[in-house]
Amino acid sequence: MSPYDEKIKAEEVKAEMLKAYPTKVARKRARQIILNEVQAGDVVPEIKANTRTIPGIITMRGCSYAGCKGVVLGPTRDIVHITHGPIGCSFYSWLTRRNQTRPEKATDANYMPYALSTDMQEEQIIFGGEKKLKQAIDEAVALFNPKAIGIYATCPVGLIGDDVHAVAREMEEKYPHINIFGFSCEGYKGVSQSAGHHIANNKVFTDVVGLTHNRKPGKFVVNLLGEYNIGGDAFEIDRIFEKCGITVQATFSGNSVYEEFISAHMADLNMVMCHRSINYMADMMEKKYGIPWFKVNFIGAESTAKSLRKLADYYGDKELTARIETVIAEEMPAVKIVQDEIKPRCEGKIAMMFVGGSRAHHYQDLFNEIGMKTVSAGYEFAHRDDYEGRKVLPSIEVDADTRNIEELTVQPDPQSYKARLDETRKTTLAAKGMALNDYEGMMAQMDNGSLVIDDLNHHEAEVLIEKYHPDIFCAGVKEKYVVQKYGIPMKQLHSYDYGGPYAGFKGAVNFYKEIDRMINTKIWGMIKAPWDIHPQVVAKYGWE
Amino acid sequence: MRTLEAKPEKPAFAATQNPCKLCAPLGASLVFRGVENTVGLLHGSQGCSTYIRRYMISHFKEPVDIASSNFSEETAVFGGGENLKTALENVIAQYHPQMIGVASTCLSETIGEDVEKILREFRAAHSTGTLPELLNVSTPSYKGTHMDGFHATVLAITKHLARRSGRQKTISIFPGLISPEDMRYLKQVTRDFDVAAVMLPDYSETLDGGAWDTYHLISPGGTPVAVLREMGSHAASLEFATTLAPEKSAGAYLEQQFEVPHMRMDLPIGVTASDRLFETLSLITGQAVPGVYQTARGRLLDAYADAHKHVFGVPVAIYGEEDWVIALAGFAAEIGMVAVVCASGGHSGQLRSRLLERLPKTIAKTAEILEDVDFSEIEEAARKRQPELLVGNSKGYALARKLDIPLVRVGFPVHDRIGGQRLLHLGVTRVPSVCLTSGSML
Ligand code: SF4
Ligand code: SF4
Repeated sequence: MSPYDEKIKAEEVKAEMLKAYPTKVARKRARQIILNEVQAGDVVPEIKANTRTIPGIITMRGCSYAGCKGVVLGPTRDIVHITHGPIGCSFYSWLTRRNQTRPEKATDANYMPYALSTDMQEEQIIFGGEKKLKQAIDEAVALFNPKAIGIYATCPVGLIGDDVHAVAREMEEKYPHINIFGFSCEGYKGVSQSAGHHIANNKVFTDVVGLTHNRKPGKFVVNLLGEYNIGGDAFEIDRIFEKCGITVQATFSGNSVYEEFISAHMADLNMVMCHRSINYMADMMEKKYGIPWFKVNFIGAESTAKSLRKLADYYGDKELTARIETVIAEEMPAVKIVQDEIKPRCEGKIAMMFVGGSRAHHYQDLFNEIGMKTVSAGYEFAHRDDYEGRKVLPSIEVDADTRNIEELTVQPDPQSYKARLDETRKTTLAAKGMALNDYEGMMAQMDNGSLVIDDLNHHEAEVLIEKYHPDIFCAGVKEKYVVQKYGIPMKQLHSYDYGGPYAGFKGAVNFYKEIDRMINTKIWGMIKAPWDIHPQVVAKYGWE
Repeated sequence: MRTLEAKPEKPAFAATQNPCKLCAPLGASLVFRGVENTVGLLHGSQGCSTYIRRYMISHFKEPVDIASSNFSEETAVFGGGENLKTALENVIAQYHPQMIGVASTCLSETIGEDVEKILREFRAAHSTGTLPELLNVSTPSYKGTHMDGFHATVLAITKHLARRSGRQKTISIFPGLISPEDMRYLKQVTRDFDVAAVMLPDYSETLDGGAWDTYHLISPGGTPVAVLREMGSHAASLEFATTLAPEKSAGAYLEQQFEVPHMRMDLPIGVTASDRLFETLSLITGQAVPGVYQTARGRLLDAYADAHKHVFGVPVAIYGEEDWVIALAGFAAEIGMVAVVCASGGHSGQLRSRLLERLPKTIAKTAEILEDVDFSEIEEAARKRQPELLVGNSKGYALARKLDIPLVRVGFPVHDRIGGQRLLHLGVTRVPSVCLTSGSML
């Protein structure tokens, strides 16, 4: 299709989506379904994002508790997580995100297999649940004696007036050797998991980061932010870093431990994978400690190479640069072999992805590498800056839902602030095109005429599928079987369908193979029975 | 640990560690999937709907839409009436359902929402058009488990819809939380008995459908609302739940209200319990047990004999919903296994007495019977009693790993194996998977 036709088609699809809605809903959705058009200076159209889903419209989004406990803190194996609330919230966030973790020794603490809940009963709802929460903390201490305990508030907690922070303080006095902190991440706060990310970032920043000052040995010491080790992604990234001679001081928070968080401010640099869930941390660490950050993407072999080269540029160290180039040269041939084999079968096919706060951007690179095009994409819980780039930050409207989430004011730390780069170095880097503390967003990278849709719902997914017949659709498990009912393969990019890793060089190979298998399977072709396709066959041979 | 024998003032543990129960609106949502053209709507924050959808989808591997009234912080403080009305309007506009089932969440319960009143206002405001049935069920998870939510919803639907107009040669079946495959089996059985049966819920198609060639907004299948209205005229009702208090039982309600004879029995797992089902159906219909089932019964006994040398005397730990634990323990006893731990996260207060009735005295007397427990307490009991096999849902896999014994996955949720929704537990036709797999796992 020519770009011109593509645009007309996208317009038609959008109109079709909106047709089904009452006027008010249609008006709101029209601002969240955008035809992409990239102009000079990467200027893209405005998209409405991070606004409340309309009641009764079935959304992919989860709650603030899910973003806080489930996403950001959940992958840390040696913090004991106690959910303060009725049983369901804790049950549903119990080992469901497939974050992998690998304790170094068998005796190392790993609380990931546990779901701890105060399992609120009517008595607590009526008379308050702080007492039970304290008991739960006592029990957790007796059982595990952990270094840290996180308390996560669910919806009823705020309403009955339980103060998780006061309980945390009181219990910390009782157990001075344990860092105990609470999160007011009641599910009704904010419009999606995103609020929970912010709440988690804030608390970890104020109560955890900076407590000790142990820098790991190594010349190049960095943090990786927003990498959650789904399907073992972090293990592959670690493997590559190790080969390059890069030390990871802390990962937020795939395969992470508490000990790493408390000294995270000792790193030279923050590399940000998932911008949405962790940009607050990067931003606050920059302000308080002078650690610059830049956006990386380890999804896709080319993107991995690009990110590594960015790192080499940042340090400007000859030896590191040479080493990184050697690693890329070593890793690429194996990737190429598979790429060359698979690409002819996938070339020209189309993909769609609706997931997360960054994955829908990251995975476009991977699909590109095997010749596939993303005609429509969107996020589940992102903000405008994830779409349009951080340049729009000052112009983002703050609505009631956002106002409820605390925005911390951060000052340089008198002791620990240390600018990592001097002005001349900054200028050199800028001249090289390195965007520090910035993210250009997803839209700038997408073709003109592609459809960018925020908070996609069922109805719209159906229209997309009917109109575009994509060769593959990527989202989460909630959408999986809806899409497959249409006979279209569906790849989960939250849990990876129990596959992975997909990051780095080896991950790219895994992904190419997976996509090849999925779009070239014969299963979907069998949905219509032969007698539905050629009814005359029956007529001809039927006996009278 | 809280056992029913010695009930300490307060349980040793205040917190729950690795729960052996799910939350009430999940049970409600399952039941709503079993009524034709029905959409479930949870009154509360969207997180509950999303979590519950995800959980159901990962087990059933089918689309599951559950709407939410999507509370914000303001709603949480000032009440969610307007949100609920908007949600109803949007669900009606998108799905054109025949019924919308509104279940509460902990949040709306905590603020004491009067959902009935909101629905009345909504009906009044829409008195000109035709509205779908709007049904409300209270499902606070701080008062009950997913099974409480399940039964409460079955009862609410029955109360809302059932009427009497004469007597029909039809039976109602309240099967409880069984698999879609189990449901199809029950339907086959009643067909073979030549008796019309109405199942509530019936998610045999909605939660285990085939590939579609056109998309359906609401998965096809489920018992039609119109059919459910006739429940008051049925000839009898069967209920596979013996721990359910009469005031919570839809069958008891039909009996009391419309004089529909109510027969309750254990879930028909294994020969003895299935015999009971077949006898009851014979009694109601006046028909002999169809030949296929007699043959199948013989074949099952033959399988028992084959498995016997592997399973006899094997100590087994069983956990899950109370009615499941009773049925599975009974089945285990039948094939010669010894249930040494029988545990549930539910707390009807009936588990012990029902097991005493159901199990051989020697087994029942010595078994650790635990109500209202989590997996840490089950582990403690298991360490004491050293079972060689674990039977229950997928959530016991960590325990199985710790104890280094096999886990036979049954019931709900089974999300870490393919085909959890297609497990057949009931009846005699196919050897219940638990027998076969236990035999080969040991
Ligand atoms: S708040 Fe209640 S209804 Fe919602 S997930 Fe938690 S336990 Fe379930
Ligand atoms: S009750 Fe609140 S915190 Fe818990 S799952 Fe529901 S929305 Fe999330």
